[in-house]
Formats: sequence, structure tokens, C-alpha cells
Amino acid sequence: MRRGHFFRQLRTLIWKDLLVEARGRETILAGAVFALLVLVIFNFAFDLRVENVAAVAPGVLWVTVTFAGVLSLGRAFARERDRRTLDGLLLAPIDRSALYLAKVATSVASMLVVEIVALPAFIALFNLVVNLPLLILGLVLGTVGLAGVGTLFAAIAAHTRAREVMLPLLLFPIQVPVILATVKSTGAAIRVPGLEAPDVGQWLGLLIAFDALFLGLSVLLFDYAIEED
Amino acid sequence: MSALSAEALTARYPGQPASAAALLDVELHVEPGERLLLLGPNGAGKSTFIRVFAGLMHATQGKALVLGQPARSARGMVGVVSHATYLYDELTAAENLRFYAELYGVPKPMQRAAALLDKVGLAHLADERVGRLSRGQQQRVTIARALLHDPPVLLLDEPDTGLDLAAFALVEELTTAGEHTLVMTTHNLATGLRLGTRVGVLSRGRLVHQQSAVSAADAPALTSMLERLARA
Repeated sequence: MRRGHFFRQLRTLIWKDLLVEARGRETILAGAVFALLVLVIFNFAFDLRVENVAAVAPGVLWVTVTFAGVLSLGRAFARERDRRTLDGLLLAPIDRSALYLAKVATSVASMLVVEIVALPAFIALFNLVVNLPLLILGLVLGTVGLAGVGTLFAAIAAHTRAREVMLPLLLFPIQVPVILATVKSTGAAIRVPGLEAPDVGQWLGLLIAFDALFLGLSVLLFDYAIEED
Repeated sequence: MSALSAEALTARYPGQPASAAALLDVELHVEPGERLLLLGPNGAGKSTFIRVFAGLMHATQGKALVLGQPARSARGMVGVVSHATYLYDELTAAENLRFYAELYGVPKPMQRAAALLDKVGLAHLADERVGRLSRGQQQRVTIARALLHDPPVLLLDEPDTGLDLAAFALVEELTTAGEHTLVMTTHNLATGLRLGTRVGVLSRGRLVHQQSAVSAADAPALTSMLERLARA
């Protein structure tokens, strides 16, 4: 009964966030344009050749995804706080972990939409041959890891005055293991003629472990992060 | 059992010194069905009192109880109207109410939302996005939101903000119907005295005056007290 109520609240919160985003379009549109601009800038900045493509291209993709993701994560709570709707949510007798998981789910959804726009541009601009299923798997796992911790820190940063600065400062150091594992798995998904694809199993395993650990810890800590006073 | 109990209640904002707490050692009991009008100059602690009993802020010391339960565990028993609407501009009036009804576990949320929109006179604007409604119309939706789960306790923090006389009459009608216990803050003494059955006056976080069975005839004395406190 109680579990049913939790999932009903979770579904309602996700429905609300998706509807607000679909009608406002402020996060996804900004994220997608930003991602495309970063990719174009990198394309001009780097002269990628066959011998260095596997080393550099994964970094380019993940710098783009991470920066665009921070834009999306920052808006998740800043928008609620600026409009005082966060108080409306906190007034309701909702499980705080439902609020956290709903924000993670909608952040993952909006970041994946941005990645769907950015990925073809990335492949085309850098003229890559990729193992698409492996690339998508790494992207999804990395996005979940980024959104999991990022949502927790976005809730903390939303209470601070310099939240746009605070979020990346809090997030990036903690995010290092996730970024490392996703860059490695993305690298393995890029096919380089004459080179055998490296084994990526351990990096994907590490990524799954970090995702589970960070999500679990964030669920436990979110109640403290969201309360204002 | 009191509907609301403040027992030696002290509440401070982060960084606020103990001597200048927003609420300081407040002792106040509101019985079921009572309508308390909370008065005081700016910065007296009225909104903080509402925030603590709404479960949005911790009591630093003492207790804040709603029907015998700590305020933070009693969110489902409280309805709040403040100057902020807590509504999503991108959602329609009906969607906003349905959303909150689901969060409060109200049965048949769509029907409840429709019934309340009808009560506040906005049935014809149910499918209009809240961002396109006037401030007064938004405040009516806010009142409907606070009543969605039929809470035994209503906390009204300056509910007259942005409302014309007719709309405020509606607030009076809706909030005094039934057996709601009411705590209301306002700077408009005349409307407050029409609604309240009892007065509490806060000054610099302390409860400095309480009076039962108030009426419009008490307005001059209360006005003079508030002016004196504002100058102090």
C-alpha cells in the first residue's frame, strides 16, 4: 500500500517535470544548442588523425555531455526555488526520495535527448566509425551516474547564492571515477583501423558499481540536502 | 488536544544570533475550530511562525505540534496559503490542482480539482495555463490547492495579497466553512478581525499579547499597539 503510494507520487512528479519541460523547453533546447556549439569548437580546435582519434574523441564527447548536463542539472532545482514551487513540494507529505528519483529520471531524460542530438553530430564532425550499441551503453550508464550525483549537489547548490559556480565545483571532483570509466568505455566503442578494440568489461562494471553506489548514497542523503533551515 | 501548540518555541535562520531569533520562546495553543489572527510589525516573526507549522523550517528549541504531532510529520494535516502561489506557470489550473491532489493522496484527484475550481469560480479557466492568469485568479487557484486535501488546519500568510474585495470574501467563505482551525497573518487589520476569533501579537520574535473574542471594536487599541511596537 505504502509502496504503491510511493510509486504514484514518483510517477506524478516525473509527469509534472516532463510536462513543464515540454512546454517551457528551456533546459533541453539550451543544452542541445550548447552541446552542438562545443562540438563544433572542438572540431575546429583539434586536428584529429587516425592515430590519435581514439585517445581524444571520447574526451571531447564527455566534456560536451558533462557541461551540457551541468546546465540541465542546475536548472532542476534552481527553477523550483526561483518560483517558490520547491516550498509547495516540501509542504506536501511526499517521500523525499520520490522527489530525488523523479528529478534524476527527468534529468536523465533531458540529457539523453541532448545526447541524441549531439551524438550524430559528434560522429559526423569527427568522421568516426563506432560500435553504436557499446557507445550508447556507456552514454546511458555515464548519464545516470552524472544525474545521480548531480541531482544531489544541485539540491545543495540551489540554497546557495553562487549556485551556478557551486554546482560544478561540488560535482566534478566526485564525478571523476564516472567520467574516467565512461571515457574509457567510449574509447573502446570507437573503431580504429588496424587496432583491436580493447576489453571494456571492467570499465562498464566499474561504471555500474559507481552508479549504484552514488544513487544509493544520494537517496539516503537527499533529505538533508533539500531541507533549507 | 490542541490543534496547534507552540511550546517554548524558538526558531532561528542560519547565521542568526540566538538573541535575535526569528521566534523566541513562544508559548501558544490554538484549539480546534479557533481562528487565530497573528499580528505584528514587519520582521516580528509571523511568517516564520507559519513556516515552522507548515513543516518548512525546524524549531531550534521547543516544540511545534500540529494535532499532537511534530509539525514536520503532520504536513498532510495542514493547508498553506502564502503570498507565493506554489503553482507551475506551464501547467493549467486543473493540472496544477491534479498534481498536488496526487501528492496529497486525495482520492479521485481530477474530480476534486474540478470541484474546487468550481468553488473558487474558475471552472471556465480550468484549462488555461496558470502563467496566463491574473494575480487574483492565481491566488484563487492557490486557495483551492490549500483546500484540496480538506486539512483540519489552515495557515494563511497574508492571503489577501493581490485579491480584490470579492475574492477575499471568497477566501473568508471557504476558510470559515467547516471546522478548519485557522492561523492567519495580515497587515489588513479590518479584514483580519472579521475572520479571526482570537489575536496574538508578535514583536521581535516574542509573543507579547494575546486576546480572545476579538471584534472590529478592538481595532483602534490593536492599531495603537502595533504602531507602538513598530516604533520601538
